[in-house]
Amino acid sequence: MLRDALLVAGKDLRIELRSKVTAGQILPFALLVLVLFAFALDPDGPALERATPGLYWVAVLFVTVLAVERSFSLESGDGVRDALRLAGLAPGGVFLGKFAALAVQLLVVQAVLMVGVVVLFGRDLSAPLLLLGTSVAATAGIGAAGTLYGVLAAGLRVRETLLPFLLLPVLAPVLIGATRAFEAALDGVPSDGWPWFNLLAVFALVYTGVGILTFGSLLEES
Amino acid sequence: MTTTQASAAAQPSTAAAPLGTGSQASRVLGVVVLVAMAVLLWLAFVASPRDAIQGDLVRLLYLHPALAWTAYLACFIATGASIQHLRKRTVGSDLLAHSAVELGAVMTLLTLVTGAIWGRPTWGVYWVWDARLTSTAILFLMLLGYLALHRIDAAPEVRSRRAAVLGVLLVPNVILVHQSVQWWRTLHQDPTLLDRNFDFGTSDLLMFTMVFGFVAISLLFVWLLLHRFRVAWLEHQVESAWLDDAIEARRAEALAESREAGAR
Repeated sequence: MLRDALLVAGKDLRIELRSKVTAGQILPFALLVLVLFAFALDPDGPALERATPGLYWVAVLFVTVLAVERSFSLESGDGVRDALRLAGLAPGGVFLGKFAALAVQLLVVQAVLMVGVVVLFGRDLSAPLLLLGTSVAATAGIGAAGTLYGVLAAGLRVRETLLPFLLLPVLAPVLIGATRAFEAALDGVPSDGWPWFNLLAVFALVYTGVGILTFGSLLEES
Repeated sequence: MTTTQASAAAQPSTAAAPLGTGSQASRVLGVVVLVAMAVLLWLAFVASPRDAIQGDLVRLLYLHPALAWTAYLACFIATGASIQHLRKRTVGSDLLAHSAVELGAVMTLLTLVTGAIWGRPTWGVYWVWDARLTSTAILFLMLLGYLALHRIDAAPEVRSRRAAVLGVLLVPNVILVHQSVQWWRTLHQDPTLLDRNFDFGTSDLLMFTMVFGFVAISLLFVWLLLHRFRVAWLEHQVESAWLDDAIEARRAEALAESREAGAR
């Protein structure tokens, strides 16, 4: 299963390296969201400073919808889904591979967003370990849930509208947890952030488990 | 309610399908529900007194918690039926999950509305970011998501299976959301305690009416779910009958063509 996961993840990341959709379109969009928030809230006032953790994660969620959409539009053309099944890959492996490729891209976007927060919002990054841990745990949860809901909406004519509608309510715990942990890291006491890290880890585990178990029956239908 | 006769080509197992959604048992249940509702109305508005603290607002409590309970019950039924559908892929389990979600969405919306009506005079606001309220609102969105996914333009079994995966996640999702909101509100500030100033000692009748409300609303829920499921079942029959009829018509055409060709 893990070997298959590496193959699928490698395929997705190679496609990304060659097409540069994430780098060329999704990444600038993420930065654009930050700039828009700065326009909406007075960048010199306390509101933006207080809201930074929340804005950061809302931007990540917007990017997630685009990235998931992209991840599954790769499979929709040229009978790729059939090919994936014909290749004899373990369905759980396909899930983990798509999930890993999505997570890697989201982490890259987050690194750039973090730089954006430092440069555009003038924040200092304190408690780097908590920030990094939160990012990894939240990304695992977002990636697993995103991949699962992505396949639920894949190949449908209404997928662009259906995907955010299905995915965003489910990601509410991630938004809450990651935002609180970032608040603790940036403005509060870092030790307050670790319980949220645990919540994010539980979320990621639940979705990874469900994804591995159900992906097979979802892949074989379309 | 009646429907078109299922075609003769339908599977034998469906030959016994009902032609309406009523049965002897459900009619009896329907009468019981009607009587129970009438009694509940009488208890709530006539027999039970105003509450010392809440005044007439207390009357909403005969309805609101019972509605919330049936909304949660619908979710558990939907999740159970969805697990069953993923395991056995039976049509009935999908129809049951779909019916439960649809009814659950109605009950959840009613829960939110009655809660807001109660909250405005009691807390001074329609809405507070309490764990229970927030997770109920998110639940409502998830139920709508399920219904949206169940309406997609795809083969019935594709639709059913995808919806079933969502259905399986319904209860775990609600638990995750509820827990996270609860921690958020308690770590962040004083928890929004639902200080209802209950003192049931003042009125046994109030307590009795509330319990009776639970029973009456639950019975209503069962009756509605039964009928919704039967309607879904009949819709499914009509769909499959339509396909069988179409195949039959094509066959007849093909036979006629081959006969013509033979005659020439």
